[in-house]
Amino acid sequence: MNFFVQVWEIVVKYYPFLLKGIGVTMLIALVGTVVGLIIGLLTGIVRTIPLSKNGALKILQKVINAVIAVYIEIFRGTPMMVQAMVIYWGYAFMNGGSTLPLIPAGIFIVSINTGAYMAEIVRGGIISIDKGQFEGAYSVGMTHVQTMFNVIIPQVMKNILPSVSNEFVINIKDTSVLNVIGIAELYYMAGMIKTMTFQTFQAYTVVCVLYFIMTFTVTRILRVIEKKLSGSENYVVCGSQSDPKAEIRVKGGDSV
Amino acid sequence: MTDTVIKLDHLEKTFGDHKVLCGVDLEVKKGEIISVIGSSGSGKSTMLRCINLLEEPTGGKVYYKGTSVTELNLSSYRASVGMVFQQFNLFNNMTALENCVRPQIKVLKRTREEAEKVAREFIERVGMSAYVNARPSQLSGGQKQRIAIARALSMNPEVILFDEPTSALDPEMVGEVLDVIKGLAGMGLTMIVVTHEMAFAKEVSDRVVFMDGGVVLEEGTPDELFGNPKMQRTKEFLARFLGSAE
Ligand SMILES: Nc1ncnc2c1ncn2[C@@H]1O[C@H](COP(=O)(O)OP(=O)(O)OP(=O)(O)O)[C@@H](O)[C@H]1O
Ligand SMILES: [Mg+2]
Repeated sequence: MNFFVQVWEIVVKYYPFLLKGIGVTMLIALVGTVVGLIIGLLTGIVRTIPLSKNGALKILQKVINAVIAVYIEIFRGTPMMVQAMVIYWGYAFMNGGSTLPLIPAGIFIVSINTGAYMAEIVRGGIISIDKGQFEGAYSVGMTHVQTMFNVIIPQVMKNILPSVSNEFVINIKDTSVLNVIGIAELYYMAGMIKTMTFQTFQAYTVVCVLYFIMTFTVTRILRVIEKKLSGSENYVVCGSQSDPKAEIRVKGGDSV
Repeated sequence: MTDTVIKLDHLEKTFGDHKVLCGVDLEVKKGEIISVIGSSGSGKSTMLRCINLLEEPTGGKVYYKGTSVTELNLSSYRASVGMVFQQFNLFNNMTALENCVRPQIKVLKRTREEAEKVAREFIERVGMSAYVNARPSQLSGGQKQRIAIARALSMNPEVILFDEPTSALDPEMVGEVLDVIKGLAGMGLTMIVVTHEMAFAKEVSDRVVFMDGGVVLEEGTPDELFGNPKMQRTKEFLARFLGSAE
């Protein structure tokens, strides 16, 4: 069939473009997700600091919390494509027409957009941790930040990993909107191939399949990682009555 | 007196418009073991939580060795006044050993080597050496509570507050935890134990405090309070409690 031949020809002829597009898409999606997660964690830590008794500090805290809330609302409430245009051209407007380098700009946009979603995911994760975990940490004298880094965040990370993976997969797809500012990610490459071959359907079919392969593979890999991390933990009971050197391996469960 | 470790001066705590503590006065001397008894809702937990500032008092003062605790560094104050909870509150993301080690490193700035040595010593003391590598989810309630006690001890506190340490335990595990607490009696630690275990209170404490309606209604030696309670409310409580529990 003609169609499949043309598709195959696009793959063979333009694979360097396609590979580069995949590379840029994965780079922006991956770094954007990681930075977004870091933003989410930081806002989560800040937003859960107990309100200070000191009047001025308390006002500062409230202002910061309000700023974070506004940030989350705006970035969740507007399309990333529009955010990309506003940020990219807004920078150019304020800097006499000079624009941001494209790939860093793309990473920046995806990062702060993802950060807004991650902030809510992390907050949900923190709220779901038993209050006793905080109190246990406070009762030995840990500060809020120590409590967060040593006790709460490690547990939150385990709980939110599926949501974080999900954000990563969403980002692989959603980086396609960055073509509006001219970033040469995978979707942009499809447009280029289209203008060179005039085979619109064929070009987008190729890219469609590539996106699917990327998300499918990444989803499977992340699922394996999730399983590994939440897998049962075994431990060793040291010593027994008859033989103090004996080791008894115990398979972990959630209740004993 | 300089050997007063904890002093509550007309301590008050209000949640919303619910006044839970209505002026608690209490003095605890170094090395004393105090049992706090009283019916549910009388404010026993709230009092303990105000002592280590897990709750902020809304009136009155808490003094630690003569200084108002609001003037102390919160971290180091809490490190010297440990707490053992009804629900254990072990860190779920750490092994039993790490539960006892990490707080020392973070709060007392001990080296890991030092902290492990201290932790292992106290874990041994509570009879849990075999379980250093276990996670909280792999331990029974009694075992968790013993690790929680080891964690508190590892901070080398002056005072330990126990909030119904055996109430969440299956009956067969109550004994092992009470034995551990009894075993601490000789260490010179000051302990305030909220408990419903009257036999334990009788046997171990230097003084028993009866709380009712947000105040300390009556206090005395175990013999005085159990043998010859003065207040009508205390008599009623003991009659009801001993009648139903034994
Ligand atoms: N965070 C809170 N917010 C509102 N009310 C609270 C809070 N904590 C405790 N209370 C109320 O304060 C009262 C005393 O509670 P507290 O836990 O101190 O009693 P208790 O003597 O320890 O009782 P129990 O024996 O059941 O543990 C109760 O009526 C309780 O509902
Ligand atoms: Mg209570």
